[in-house]
Amino acid sequence: MSSRIDVLSEYHQADTQVRPYATKMQTAETTMASTQRSQDIKPKITVENTDFFYGEKQALFKVALTVPAYHVTAFIGPSGCGKSTLLRCFNRLNDLVEGARITGQICLDGKDIYAPSVDVTDLRTKVGMVFQKVNPFPKSIYQNVVYGPQLQGVRRRSVLDGIVEESLQGAGLWEEVKDRLHQSALGLSGGQQQRLCIARALAVNPEVLLMDEPCSALDPISTAKIEELLHSLKEQLTVVIVTHNMQQAARISDLTGFFLMGELIEYAETKTIFTNPSDRRTEDYVTGRFG
Amino acid sequence: MPDRIKKFLDSGALFIWFCGTAVAASLLMVGGVLLLIMINGLGFFWPHALVEMTLTDGTRVLGELKGEEVIPYSQTPEFPEGRTRVRLKVGNRDLYGLDFRWVDTDRIATADSPNDVAAFERREWGNFYGRIREVARGDDVVATGNQEGWKALQPLIERANDLHDEIEHLQRDVIGDINFEIEGTRLRIRELELRGQREAPEVSELQAATKQLETQYRKHVATLRALSRQLDEYSVVLVETNGSEKRLAVGQIVKALRPNDMGLIEKILRYFVNFWSVLSEEPREANTEGGIFPAIFGTVMMVLIMSVAVVPFGVLAAFYLREYARQGLIVRVIRIAVNNLAGVPSIVFGVFGLGFFVYAVGGTIDTLFYPEALPTPTFGTGGILWASFTLALLTVPVVIVSTEEGLSAVPQEYREGSLALGATKFESMLRVILPCALPGILTGLILAVARATGEVAPLMLTGVVKLAPALPLDHHFPFLHFERKFMHLGFHIFDVGFQSPNVEAAKPMVYVTTLILVMVVIGLNLSAVALRNYMQKKFKASAV
Repeated sequence: MSSRIDVLSEYHQADTQVRPYATKMQTAETTMASTQRSQDIKPKITVENTDFFYGEKQALFKVALTVPAYHVTAFIGPSGCGKSTLLRCFNRLNDLVEGARITGQICLDGKDIYAPSVDVTDLRTKVGMVFQKVNPFPKSIYQNVVYGPQLQGVRRRSVLDGIVEESLQGAGLWEEVKDRLHQSALGLSGGQQQRLCIARALAVNPEVLLMDEPCSALDPISTAKIEELLHSLKEQLTVVIVTHNMQQAARISDLTGFFLMGELIEYAETKTIFTNPSDRRTEDYVTGRFG
Repeated sequence: MPDRIKKFLDSGALFIWFCGTAVAASLLMVGGVLLLIMINGLGFFWPHALVEMTLTDGTRVLGELKGEEVIPYSQTPEFPEGRTRVRLKVGNRDLYGLDFRWVDTDRIATADSPNDVAAFERREWGNFYGRIREVARGDDVVATGNQEGWKALQPLIERANDLHDEIEHLQRDVIGDINFEIEGTRLRIRELELRGQREAPEVSELQAATKQLETQYRKHVATLRALSRQLDEYSVVLVETNGSEKRLAVGQIVKALRPNDMGLIEKILRYFVNFWSVLSEEPREANTEGGIFPAIFGTVMMVLIMSVAVVPFGVLAAFYLREYARQGLIVRVIRIAVNNLAGVPSIVFGVFGLGFFVYAVGGTIDTLFYPEALPTPTFGTGGILWASFTLALLTVPVVIVSTEEGLSAVPQEYREGSLALGATKFESMLRVILPCALPGILTGLILAVARATGEVAPLMLTGVVKLAPALPLDHHFPFLHFERKFMHLGFHIFDVGFQSPNVEAAKPMVYVTTLILVMVVIGLNLSAVALRNYMQKKFKASAV
């Protein structure tokens, strides 16, 4: 475990070019004869020196971090600390906000996602998102799931059927809804709707799944189901989750970043953040003395 | 005490009463208007009883009882309540000069409803009330006396009506088609002339075709004359209640009824027959009689064209304002301007429609595409298309405003959710936002339809007429004739009620037309509402 953190700190110091760390690390890990999972440790998203502005107001200050692939990374911090803003930078959803401006660099697999040549819709199919406010479209369950694949031009009914089953199973919803796929998605319970949103995001086969407080509007049982889901999800993709709930972060994430007033205060293995934080403010926050 | 009053005021009970009163007053007024229209309009179709009165001076009056009232300022010591008078529709306009007559109640000696009097609905001069003296074929008397004559007359009237249908068919369809073709060839020849191809072989062919068509035309006109003569073959001598005679060709009679001799069921049947004939027939006698079918047709068709024109425009404008335009001062100003546009007097739109659509656009279309018809304008004159466009302009603010409201009601999460799945903004709008906003759009359409159906003033400048020779939809290619003038229920009300020489006779027709206009508005609205509910069910299924 400690070796992973070393690797991460190495990324932080790295330059912004496409870097051969993944291969380098893989060989290193192979020699260590580690598990399959740790072999996969490679940077998925790297954030370098990023400032973000809503008009005049600066929301992020010189943020730099690396999100490792096939892990769950949690961002915690008080309201308005910029964690959601950073998350929405990863799929460029902040582009919609008038007057939004970003400097620095955010790379997905080493490629700058803010480069002019990047196709935003293409990026968003690679980086899916689940929102705080449960938002299935007012269509049938089936239509909700096939929405993304249809946009990409998948028309064959048999293919779509397969995607629907696979995605719903991936989101742990298949058993509950398989008999009413063509009923309105709005007839589902809140937790089911959120899992449908996860299924909808999974249907386009993303590499990264961003989750913006996905459980804040849900009851504890639904929350537990989604947390359980995250464990299986990280086998297939990289998860970045923003949460207000520190227990949740502690339970589900491998790495945790603590944000305060737009700054990344501390970013380390979750266990370290919650048991032995190096920064005083982190300690105050996670122990509940503030925030 | 003041404490209790204050408590009462603060409780809001008074406010609830005010709110309730406001609703009740509105409902009462709307209900009152509808009731008035329905009583007067629906009563029109009922076969009213005929009353025959003998007055104190020995003269007699026969007609339909139309009402009773206290003579104004007639209260005297002997008659503290005032004296009364009755109003009768006595018909026989050609004999009496007026259809209606007031009779003071105290001048009536006797009054009864004899079974043998009949009401004859005529093609000219309105109704005749009286009895039959004789029925004749040329100079030969076929039947004499009221009873015999009545029996002899029934089949004759039926035959005359068949003849009328035949003549109508010949005039409208057969001869109409020939005229249409002659006009077509004339325009083709003119077109070739304008192109300087006066000598082209086609011209002589066309001229030959015209000659042939004209021969056909003359043949049909001869048939028509023969048929018309048949209408005059039989004649009937009618007597009014005082004994004056009137000789009438049977072909002049539309129908003859003996309302006093009819049973209830017969009257009910007659009621529906009358209702249907008003809905399906064309007007007669300067629109005061006959049916109003062309007006219904024109109104509905105009509203449909208007809807087709206004919805895409309004929706696109609203999408731009709400989804694409940068929200700022300019958009705010535009929004205010759009709202104010809804308050511009409709006649102003009429003038604009006349100047822009009819003269500018229509005139240009004529010079470009219909030069052969000039100086007769084709599109350069009022027509159903321009009237519909003018109304579309009038109602576009309503559609924009409700579409914008519909769009702003679509949760931001839907937009983000769609974009996050890799949709472009356009795809999101088409596949998520538009379906969600559809109920709002249809609400706009409902309001636009309601407003457009009732609008008259701008139409008077842009294509409505008192009597249109042909419907804007027929079997001639291209079937929809957008350039044609049309009739409209609203204008019909104005024309029949306020421009007709015989206002009293036209009054029932005004009520009937109003009733049907209201029914058309309700019908169009209900179909739009049904469409909206269907969409809402489809896209906004509620939680189970």
